[in-house]
Amino acid sequence: MSDLPLWATLPATVLLVAGGLFALTGALGLLRLPDFFSRMHGPSMGNTIGCGCVLIASMLTASAVTGRLAIHEPLITLFIVVSSPVTSMLLMRAARYRDRARNAVRPGRAPESTDD
Amino acid sequence: MTTIFHFAVDFAQMCFALAMVCATIRLITGPSAQDRVLAFDSLYISGMLTLLMLGIRSGSTAYFDMALLIALFGFVGTMALAKFLLRGEVIEP
Amino acid sequence: MKRVPVVLTLTLIIIWLLLNGTASPGSILLGVILAVLLMLAASQFRPVRPRLRRLYLVVPLFFHVVVDVVRSNIGVARIVLGMVSRDQVRSGFLDVPLDLRDPHGLAILAAIITSTPGTAWADLSADGATLTLHVLDLKDEAEWIRIIKYRYESPLRRIFE
Repeated sequence: MSDLPLWATLPATVLLVAGGLFALTGALGLLRLPDFFSRMHGPSMGNTIGCGCVLIASMLTASAVTGRLAIHEPLITLFIVVSSPVTSMLLMRAARYRDRARNAVRPGRAPESTDD
Repeated sequence: MTTIFHFAVDFAQMCFALAMVCATIRLITGPSAQDRVLAFDSLYISGMLTLLMLGIRSGSTAYFDMALLIALFGFVGTMALAKFLLRGEVIEP
Repeated sequence: MKRVPVVLTLTLIIIWLLLNGTASPGSILLGVILAVLLMLAASQFRPVRPRLRRLYLVVPLFFHVVVDVVRSNIGVARIVLGMVSRDQVRSGFLDVPLDLRDPHGLAILAAIITSTPGTAWADLSADGATLTLHVLDLKDEAEWIRIIKYRYESPLRRIFE
């Protein structure tokens, strides 16, 4: 990437900085938020806006390097958009199931984060 | 402008590496099993983004294929782990 | 006799060509063969076919979702970085009454809700009438229900039902 044109580097710079900051904030959320169901929301930041920014930046620079429109980056975006809801819903269901099972085994404890 | 762009690539790569560190801490300390699975999910997404950074830096498309493979296998791995937490087995008869 | 899912086959061919990065006759031929085989294999799994109407509504829905994703990312980032004081943030589960019944519409609603940070899909009741969400910042329950119902569900119902 010796000398890329300005129309590619300027938006790519902004997008990379923003995407990096958002993904880092999401991972910090994974560390700092108090309980599991809140922590679910942290990585979804990295999944959505982190991936989106980086993939658009990658499209811009790859198009500038090869001189034609790079169109295979949206495949990763498509795949992440299709797969991350599946993972998140299954994890959510597993967590609620395990909470319920644990509260049923040890009834002396106060039920936490179950609503039924 | 190119130097600023180089700096932005370095910065983003550092951010993703720090995100991987955060996810690893949660993976090790995480009080419950679902926390660890969630941390693993976050870890492989950050790793994939780091690979894309390397791809931008070098201008080759080989890293893109690696990123796609990491996304595919990470998804399958997280699915299997979550299914195991839910049902106690991965492939049901 | 079932109708042949043309869109699925064409999508598979396009993905194959994008992965290869070429459009040579050989890869197109191999792509067509693979797509037809996979389409035959997958037609066993898809008993319900979507009926799409008013497809032009997809465009405003897409832009609404992009705007909401960016906005809620900023909201979650403020909470994580401690710009909102911790005792003001009350997270919890929220029940939303749901009228959407089409499985494809529900799948897209699930994708929208999960990819918006701050909301996560928790459960759908067995009769499909109540959707349980986990919301990170449960400041205004009526506002969340209004967003889900009017911003996402009503265009999805008009597209799919």
